[in-house]
Amino acid sequence: MGWIGETIDSIKSIQIRQLLTQAISLGMIVTSALIIWKALMCVTGSESPVVVVLSGSMEPGFKRGDILFLHMSKDPIRAGEIVVFNVDGRDIPIVHRVIKVHERENTGDVDVLTKGDNNYGDDRLLYAEGQQWLHRHHIMGRAVGFLPYVGWVTIIMTEKPIIKYILIGALGLLVITSKD
Amino acid sequence: MHSFGYGANALFTFSVTALAFICAIASLSDNFSNQNPSTEIQILNINRFKKQSYENDEVSLTLDITADLQSLFTWNTKQVFAFVAAEYETPKNSLNQVSLWDAIIPDKEHAKFRIQTSNKYRFIDQGHNLRGKEFNLTLHWHVMPKTGKMFADKIVMPGYSLPDAYK
Repeated sequence: MGWIGETIDSIKSIQIRQLLTQAISLGMIVTSALIIWKALMCVTGSESPVVVVLSGSMEPGFKRGDILFLHMSKDPIRAGEIVVFNVDGRDIPIVHRVIKVHERENTGDVDVLTKGDNNYGDDRLLYAEGQQWLHRHHIMGRAVGFLPYVGWVTIIMTEKPIIKYILIGALGLLVITSKD
Repeated sequence: MHSFGYGANALFTFSVTALAFICAIASLSDNFSNQNPSTEIQILNINRFKKQSYENDEVSLTLDITADLQSLFTWNTKQVFAFVAAEYETPKNSLNQVSLWDAIIPDKEHAKFRIQTSNKYRFIDQGHNLRGKEFNLTLHWHVMPKTGKMFADKIVMPGYSLPDAYK
């Protein structure tokens, strides 16, 4: 009866060790992704260094599904720059071009008006109630580069969350069943 | 080591890496292009110049804009966004930039043009500082690539001024 007990013990211990190793590898992968993301945030000085274009208001330059790389520096905001900003009360950032700038003499505070290239009118309709201008603290970054089409993955996963679950399920299955 | 899964994974990783490399090279090639755009802007007419009911000056003008931006187009260029802005200083604001007109230039053929237009966006000051005001007209362009880094630059033309009195 002793060796049954021994075998059972050895089987259990192997499984636990394997399981732990796989869990740790998975944790390492997730953590490295997080480290890369945070490093990007530091390097570009922006809270979200990469954004996906969600609307057609900047066509034909930026289409829905394109990815924009952002950079935020202390340089003053000037007309013509494409900026990403948040409006109080909305959680989706907007990517439009600056068309008017009024910068104060002493404080460096600035009033900014934006407009989407493909829109007829300026963005005052999008700003909060009674707000006529954007200020520096609304602006999250300037668009400096872009890649077409790559953002569709994010859009599909946000709009059809079932695909997200399927992907995560498949990934989980792969991890469990892989031999190493 | 020869299962379908491994093969597909290797192919996918390779294609993505190759694609990323191509995009980076395409973007880098833009740095080597020789660019010399030119422009000339005339103010044809001041249409309206008044003080709005809540204390801000507004002016409406007709511009004659000539520009040759053909040298900005490379094989990696998707479009060039061009706009004309008036820039001036007031006691309260060290810099005011007001975009007066803009256009999307989709290709090289459309990049050499002359148009006469009144200002697309309202030229409104924060205050009533515009009488006799001297200002620069600046033509800005923003080159938007098919992939990669975007470039922007401008030509500043000083020496324009507004009338001393409302009309």
